[in-house]
Amino acid sequence: MSLYLRHDEAPLLPPPARVGGALGWLREHIFSGWVSGPLALAFIALIVWILPDLVRFFVLDAIWTADDGAACRVQGTGACWAFVDRKLDFFRYGSYPGTEHWRVDLTLMIGTVLSARLLWPDGQKSRGGLLAFLFGIPLFIFLMIPGPAAVMREPGIELAILAGGVALAALLEFTKLRTLWVGIFFFFIFPVIAVYLLKGSAFLGLVQVDTNLWGGIFLSLLVATVGIVFSLPAGVLLALGRRSELPAVRFFSILYIEFVRGVPFITVLFMANTMLPLFVPDNWSPDRLMRPIVGFALFAAAYMAEEVRGGLQAIPKGQSEGAMALGLSYWQRMRLIILPQALTLVIPGIVNIFISLFKDTTLVAIVGIFDFLRAIDAARIDPVWSGPTVSPTVYAFAAAFYFLFCFGMSRYSQMMEERLNAGRRR
Amino acid sequence: MKVIAATFFAAASLAVMTQGASAQAGSKTLDLVKQKGALTCGTNTGLAGFGLPDDKGNWTGLDVDLCRGIAAAIFNDPAKVKFIPLSAKDRFTALQSGEVDVLARNGTWTQSREAELGLMWVGVNYYDGQGFMIRKKLNLASALELNGASVCVQQGTTTELNMSDFFRTKGMKYEAVAFADINEAVKAYDSGRCDAYTTDASGLYGSRLKLVNPDEHVVLPEIISKEPLGPAVRQGDDQWFNLVKWTHYAMINAEELGVTKANVDDMLKSPNPEIKRLLGVEGDFGKGLGLSKDWAYRIVKHVGNYGEVFSRNVGDGSALKIKRGLNSLWSAGGIQYAPPVR
Repeated sequence: MSLYLRHDEAPLLPPPARVGGALGWLREHIFSGWVSGPLALAFIALIVWILPDLVRFFVLDAIWTADDGAACRVQGTGACWAFVDRKLDFFRYGSYPGTEHWRVDLTLMIGTVLSARLLWPDGQKSRGGLLAFLFGIPLFIFLMIPGPAAVMREPGIELAILAGGVALAALLEFTKLRTLWVGIFFFFIFPVIAVYLLKGSAFLGLVQVDTNLWGGIFLSLLVATVGIVFSLPAGVLLALGRRSELPAVRFFSILYIEFVRGVPFITVLFMANTMLPLFVPDNWSPDRLMRPIVGFALFAAAYMAEEVRGGLQAIPKGQSEGAMALGLSYWQRMRLIILPQALTLVIPGIVNIFISLFKDTTLVAIVGIFDFLRAIDAARIDPVWSGPTVSPTVYAFAAAFYFLFCFGMSRYSQMMEERLNAGRRR
Repeated sequence: MKVIAATFFAAASLAVMTQGASAQAGSKTLDLVKQKGALTCGTNTGLAGFGLPDDKGNWTGLDVDLCRGIAAAIFNDPAKVKFIPLSAKDRFTALQSGEVDVLARNGTWTQSREAELGLMWVGVNYYDGQGFMIRKKLNLASALELNGASVCVQQGTTTELNMSDFFRTKGMKYEAVAFADINEAVKAYDSGRCDAYTTDASGLYGSRLKLVNPDEHVVLPEIISKEPLGPAVRQGDDQWFNLVKWTHYAMINAEELGVTKANVDDMLKSPNPEIKRLLGVEGDFGKGLGLSKDWAYRIVKHVGNYGEVFSRNVGDGSALKIKRGLNSLWSAGGIQYAPPVR
């Protein structure tokens, strides 16, 4: 009997070549059918066709250092990175005076560290996350905005800012400050600090820098941040208002949302910067930069409200009724039961709005504000540099910048979705 | 938006009042500028040689320097200018509404703009006109030889209409290749789509630098339209109008008298009575403008005379290398002419 039984297991055979290994992977992922196979081939052909030219233009034939546009105008040369390098400070800060750049750097550093703490609630739990939070984030923003060249120029103050960023991160981390306090600091105290720091004040001994000198990446980030930070809370309030049982609140919420959604954004900008000064006396008209920013934030709030309302509608009535049965007040119900569920549901939509907000910041350029893209357009026509390769180079640079931010936001939202949607994941 | 709507109702009712008020307060532009501590100057959002931020974000250009001249005359400090970049669409509204004190934004001086928009041009700081650029190898010496040529042009501009007038009156045939965007037009010309490219002459020199090989192209001497570019102010404040106008004239007079940024201090000792009057050594000619005695000295000291400003921004000293041409002084064959200071 035992003769017919095997004593040891049959040796494991490798999977057939068609299933496992590189060939199998290719078969499964790339050539899995009649449609995807030829499509994949077509894309590979496209890449092979385009990639060498791209590499040649942007890397191999590129001009990395030059004093003016003459070197870039030579026929056959590639991207003119020397131009981007020369104009980098203008792209970052616009017309903000050179000796005062550290004020922008400092504001960005504080804002980044604070928002990293808020946006990354449990990132510090692992050792790698802790290191990234303490050193990685301050260093990253430091390399992005003042850049290594600034350290050469003003080593003292710039390194102090970097150290300050690390110190702030350490302070937030090791005092175990509650998220609520960090939030209050970020939303209420930080804006005041930022305004005094950026605009200057005689009290602090800082030179006044008018907002008409603000520009570049710094301004784009400022407009986007104000829009994003303001639009979410305002949108939540408007969405709740629209579902409110108080007729006056409901009526005004509906009026506001429908009015704003019925008006093109560019019209709002023109109203703010061209029409408003016609109606109000000179001394009354608000700051020229503040007008579009406020318009931008108000505009975003209306869209956000409808997105949030979609989430609210998805929560069954039983949730609210159950909470009522527990004796929770309206705000407790909203804060503890309804909104956490509703907002989680609409994360993709909210991030969608954030991303489109970020890209819409470029529209403020039409009322003469030098955001990043406008700064690029102005630099592009500088006769000292202008040449056939300047525009492609600098637009590629802009594309990389916007892609970095938008893709980052998108990845972040996916991470949050995974985290919050654990109960619903398919 | 509630707030905004309410503001608009309030604003609409205020509008009548304030419009009356601004007409009265009109004679007070200078006082307002002094009170604010800076001149607000409407400038181009970016035009090479006329108004453009440099590497450090400082505004430079022919129009910009005029504003700096005004600030120098008032405050003795050319940095006391707030530049507001304005697009072609909202430049005149910004001036009408008082958002800017002076509009130095290469605006063409036309009859209807003065008569209908309530503005006044103080003079012409750049005589521009439409021209043509062609390839050197075509071997043409004049725009009159362009019969049968295809011309790249920006769509929907006066440039397009001027060209049509020009070819029609000369009885020549042409083919217009129009593009919505000016950069597209330049690119098309560069790639050989057209024989010639046309826009304002000042723009031609800027465009030439964008071409793959600028040295293979030449700007033809003919100017087929009048484009007098200059700064404008609101109507109703004659003192301010005079102040801006004479800032421009002071620069031209300084060039004519040979007073430059470098030698202006030596020129204070000049025996020439005209220079003495201009620089405030003799008489007090700033008073009527609401300025100090040495107003023109300040302009030349901080900004320079017209010739210097021209050369630095658009002429030989710049990358554009535009020839003086019509913008030479009247004594050198051009039409830049300033009444005397006396």
